Amino acid sequence: MLCASRSFSYLGIRTYQLRADLLSRSIKLSASDTMAFRHKNTRRIEGLDSNVWVEFTKVAADPSIVNLGQGLPDISPPSYVKEELANVAAVDRLNQYTRGFGHPLLVKALSQVYERVCGRKIDPLTDILVTVGGYGSLFSTIQALIEEGDEVIIIEPFYDCYEPMVKMAGAKPVFIPLRNKNDGNSASSADWVLDPAELAKKFNSKTKAIILNTPHNPIGKVFTREELQVIADLCIKHDTLCISDEVYEWLVYKGKKHIKIATLPGMWERTITIGSAGKTYSVTGWKLGWSIGPQNLIKHLQVVHQNTLYTCPTPLQEALARAFWIDYKRMDDPDCYFYSLSRELESKRDRMAQLLQEVGLKPVIPDGGYFMIADVSTLNVDLSDEDGNQPYDYKFVRWMIKSKKLSAIPLSAFCGPETKGQFEKYIRFCFIKEDSTLDAAEVILKNWTKQKN
Amino acid sequence: QAKMSRPVQARRLEGVDKNIWVEFVKLAATYSTVNLGQGFPDFPPPDFLKEAFTRALSGEKHMLHQYTRAFGHPPLVKILAQLFGKLLGRDLDPMTNVMVTVGAYQALFCCFQAFVDEGDEVIIIEPFFDCYEPMVKMAGGTPVFIPLRPKAPKEGKLMSSADWQLDPAELASKFSERTKAIVLNSPNNPLGKVFSREELELIADLCVKHDALCISDEVYEWLVYDGKEHVRIASLRGMWDRTVSIGSAGKTFSVTGWKVGWTVGPNRLLQHIRTVHQNSVYHCATATQEVVAQGFQREFEHYGKPDSYFVQLPKEMQQKRDQLVQSLVAVGMKPIVPEGTYFLVADISEFKSDVPDVPNSDEPYDSRFAKWMMKNKGLAAIPLSTFYCGPHKNNYNSFIRFCFAKEEATLKAADDILQKWKLEKTTP
Repeated sequence: MLCASRSFSYLGIRTYQLRADLLSRSIKLSASDTMAFRHKNTRRIEGLDSNVWVEFTKVAADPSIVNLGQGLPDISPPSYVKEELANVAAVDRLNQYTRGFGHPLLVKALSQVYERVCGRKIDPLTDILVTVGGYGSLFSTIQALIEEGDEVIIIEPFYDCYEPMVKMAGAKPVFIPLRNKNDGNSASSADWVLDPAELAKKFNSKTKAIILNTPHNPIGKVFTREELQVIADLCIKHDTLCISDEVYEWLVYKGKKHIKIATLPGMWERTITIGSAGKTYSVTGWKLGWSIGPQNLIKHLQVVHQNTLYTCPTPLQEALARAFWIDYKRMDDPDCYFYSLSRELESKRDRMAQLLQEVGLKPVIPDGGYFMIADVSTLNVDLSDEDGNQPYDYKFVRWMIKSKKLSAIPLSAFCGPETKGQFEKYIRFCFIKEDSTLDAAEVILKNWTKQKN
Repeated sequence: QAKMSRPVQARRLEGVDKNIWVEFVKLAATYSTVNLGQGFPDFPPPDFLKEAFTRALSGEKHMLHQYTRAFGHPPLVKILAQLFGKLLGRDLDPMTNVMVTVGAYQALFCCFQAFVDEGDEVIIIEPFFDCYEPMVKMAGGTPVFIPLRPKAPKEGKLMSSADWQLDPAELASKFSERTKAIVLNSPNNPLGKVFSREELELIADLCVKHDALCISDEVYEWLVYDGKEHVRIASLRGMWDRTVSIGSAGKTFSVTGWKVGWTVGPNRLLQHIRTVHQNSVYHCATATQEVVAQGFQREFEHYGKPDSYFVQLPKEMQQKRDQLVQSLVAVGMKPIVPEGTYFLVADISEFKSDVPDVPNSDEPYDSRFAKWMMKNKGLAAIPLSTFYCGPHKNNYNSFIRFCFAKEEATLKAADDILQKWKLEKTTP
């Protein structure tokens, strides 16, 4: 402290004053702590403070635990993506502010890629907003278009942020679950479906939007054209928006096709489609995403953006743009990363499924995404030592972390209050992991079976 | 095609859709040859930071490309807690007293969303960084404005940002039982005012008396000139518990495009800021946080030494300030010499004849002047009315703001334009 005071005085800060303040503050500390404090949180964030990740991402810091929990690739991003960022780091002007709604080179690249995918003209300046991850796009969309008095339909299980974001906007979440049509014997994510009659009943004059997530986290379902048409028909009938979270759009396995609901008749005008660099290029730590839609909707997202964080980081956007141009040019080539990543992940998916089956679990094989769920109640593990008030899957995961040194995510974190009973038998595994991580998981799972026998 | 027939946008967007930067940035890009408008340096970041960035990315650490801790990358929050702990004279817990944001802009957003409810009043000192007003409105709050008022400078001296002051009685009258917070920005953008200890104590006393919060935007904390002291209001008596201090790597390290900022404050305030953050953005980019942490580590070790960037940068900026002041004085624009930041506001009354007034115009005079200057002289600056609320935009309408965080060549080019312009005016 003395050394610091000397250098402080070099800059003209009066050290006597600093010491005197310190003394008076140390006397005052106890007084101010007991002072009545009226500054609570605002109504908009009431009850939104807890979060499944706060507990389960701490696990990631412990190297002795094999982490198949948080959706975090431990595989390397493609080398050219890393190289582009390294190249960009050397360019001085790319360290300063860029265009608020999205770096010009990036929005141009996105418009080209998505024009090709959607088969329609997309204006890079008016139809696209670059955000801080897919998360930031969800937030901008919901803040721009949803408010008190609105209802928003959320399909369960859901990526957990949808519910608090809808609530923070003052609106009411209306849940509808995916149901296992094969009544307990689910081999595939395709077995999990919406009941069209049940879905129709959820729409009313207050329904502002439905949030769609395809490919779906956590189940891995890839909605078919027919399933999307059912949703689209209801959106058009009730003049509702569709917020389509398609961050896993490229991660679709053999025999399945990702279809964009915005390309269905009548849907472009009422859909915001969300994408993510983190999921496209295995760079979750770049936190770049985008919203694409008609100008008359995107302009409101842009207003939110200019009043929340104004602009996204320049060097990351430039590097991402360069990576997109590389892959755009080879979209006819099977080596394009948009296709090669899903091929790489398909074998990991199959391996993960096999490992879980060997333990006696029946995993739900996902058609897309990089998550896999399994019903763990069939293992009949004794969880009587765990905190009784918690849902089954929370207890199971905590037990599994402690005694098996393997982590996953409890599925009831992804449900509304009514369906926790339905989903609490399931836990979610992430398989976008290096072979060595899957090898370590294999050791644990094989030993598990041995202990049972 | 079945179009959306009902109104789509949320009411929280009412009145916050206008933004002059969108227009001015476009104009500057189209017309200006010399851009002293938007606030960003046109010189490179310091070498040690560029090297750290390159080093970080050339290694095999591919986890640098994946999510880090949502409330702030551990190495960064740790060094911020260390540094600001020393500066504030208290022990800071990196996990609970510091949170990293996407630029100081997002930190401001989190503060307003966390603490401002419908019906709450927030005091904003004019002129103000323009986002404060729409952010308060978007949170349902009511902005209450109080102007800094210019006093005549001392005989024979140029006006200084120190001559713009709050009237204590007027300030006290703005506090009511509905006052949730006051936003303080020191050093102040656009004027460059560095609030003195006495001025801050005035504000602090009112905050304590009325149990109001203080949102303290200190992004220009290192850009302070003439040996002045940047006093942190959180260090004043009674203020730690009610202040959120905001900082910016963009301004600290001349990397505005990295968008790394932070909040520092007591846990009972930061906990709510964390809630907003986890429901809006959640994680900030990893690689840039890692490099900023390294930058701070280096500065912490070099603190107070001549080669510290926190010593070098203000020295360089002061010279540029003085250069611009000279340029402006020479042509008849009257600068308000800033005590801090890299902005300078000048009175352009002498040049008004070039841009005739349009009575009953919706647009403030200085905005028309600035646009005309951009299109006809190729010199970009920002009208001061940008930094005033709607009803007050014409109160000080013959001032424009220049950014002098520019290379030698840029400032010289600006000087050339100004000299030529002066010549044209004086030559019949």
